[in-house]
Amino acid sequence: MNLLEMNHIKKHFDDLEVIKDISLSVREGEILSIIGPSGSGKSTLLRCATMLETIDGGEIRYLNDRAVYMGENGRAVMPKGADAKRIYSYFGLVFQNFNLFPHYSVLKNVMDAPLHVQKRDKAEVKKEAMEWLDKMGLADKADAYPYQLSGGQCQRVAIARALASNPKILFFDEPTSALDPELTGEVLKVIKSLADLHITMVIVTHEMQFAKDISDRVIFMDKGVIAQEGTPEAVFSSDNARMKEFLGRFNQN
Amino acid sequence: MDFTKILEMLAGGMLKSMGIFILTLVFSLPLGLIISFGRMSKNKIVSFIVKIYISVMRGTPLMLQLLVVFFGPFYLWEANIGGPYRFIAVILAFALNYAAYFAEIYRSGIESMPSGQYEAAQILGYSRAQTFFKIILPQVIKRILPAVTNEVITLVKDTSLAFAIAYTEMFTLAKQIAAKETTFVPFIVAAVFYYIFNLLVAVIMEHAEKKLNYYQ
Ligand SMILES: Nc1ncnc2c1ncn2[C@@H]1O[C@H](COP(=O)(O)OP(=O)(O)OP(=O)(O)O)[C@@H](O)[C@H]1O
Ligand SMILES: [Mg+2]
Repeated sequence: MNLLEMNHIKKHFDDLEVIKDISLSVREGEILSIIGPSGSGKSTLLRCATMLETIDGGEIRYLNDRAVYMGENGRAVMPKGADAKRIYSYFGLVFQNFNLFPHYSVLKNVMDAPLHVQKRDKAEVKKEAMEWLDKMGLADKADAYPYQLSGGQCQRVAIARALASNPKILFFDEPTSALDPELTGEVLKVIKSLADLHITMVIVTHEMQFAKDISDRVIFMDKGVIAQEGTPEAVFSSDNARMKEFLGRFNQN
Repeated sequence: MDFTKILEMLAGGMLKSMGIFILTLVFSLPLGLIISFGRMSKNKIVSFIVKIYISVMRGTPLMLQLLVVFFGPFYLWEANIGGPYRFIAVILAFALNYAAYFAEIYRSGIESMPSGQYEAAQILGYSRAQTFFKIILPQVIKRILPAVTNEVITLVKDTSLAFAIAYTEMFTLAKQIAAKETTFVPFIVAAVFYYIFNLLVAVIMEHAEKKLNYYQ
């Protein structure tokens, strides 16, 4: 089954067309990486999928449940009330700069949404939260506050927080680009461990080797369109001129 | 009149000043939050009206506002402004005035919050009310506490303005005694009282700031 379907998505900011009729779908258990030059619209695409931006055209479905569509006035209809609650429960998002809640301890950051949004049982939520923190290597940081953690630790808390709500699909927007190189590895390792748990993920990243290793499928975005799509082997060895230029710039760095 | 008597009378006045102080905060702090919402409203008319309100409240003397609130009902409708209305007028004028100042403080705090906090909460499925009261407001309170402390300390001193409509709080009493007994002592005692009051306020606010220092 397709967990996510984005059909003919369009998005512009004023005169700037950022997403030009993009369609993509993500199957259950699949890991999809999105790569591409700066400004090609990768973040915007994720923000449209997660409803942080309102699309200007197209339709978004999660588990075949219609999340966003075009109303009769030509404007996107966003889910409200109970619909919103159900649809937001399908996905999680890990931000580039974590966006942890600074006034909550690590454990409360992870537990709060399952408790107060999903209204689940406290003992069960706490047990699961501790298990996720343990998987992230943060069991000893449960009572710490975000300001006491390194960037890599903050990002792992953010991943645990996203997972604690049991989303069907997890989005990452450049999860390591706010981190020092020596902290990048620990976060990538954690994301790889999620792959072993068969968690469906869509990852925007500039870590090419990581994308190659982890992905079932890679999308190369350029100027608001999908310029290349396929297995990592196919995309990374393609002779699309833009893709070659993009990879060339990486190999120089 | 001996010193103990003066002390006793002024202590009574002090309680009245504290009454003004506490009731003003009780009403103006929540009212200020509501006014700040109006100020930030997407509805242009609402935000414009609220903007005018705030600018008038901050741009005219509180003493004048007191007089308007107290005598206004009489001149407008020949309403009875005797009895308890004097005290009601004091609280009304103070609360309306301070709410305007607090509204601007809330607004600056709310607008300084990074959008990532709202976005993270939205993705996690928090409702708008949950987002505001659980995620945004606690952080805003921490950010604005120093500015609020300033206003609160000003309020302690401003309570003396109630003399303008002859409400007998501490300052009014001190003036009366000083005139009757031709002595300067009541003023000194009143000054000491105000100072201690403010010291107390400062200690409490400092304590609150320390309590919120558990995170950064
Ligand atoms: N809120 C906004 N208002 C106006 N323009 C925007 C906004 N958000 C993004 N843009 C523009 O849209 C284009 C695509 O931005 P986007 O952030 O999606 O790129 P990206 O592929 O994620 O780039 P990067 O690799 O640098 O993160 C850019 O030109 C950007 O300036
Ligand atoms: Mg981006």
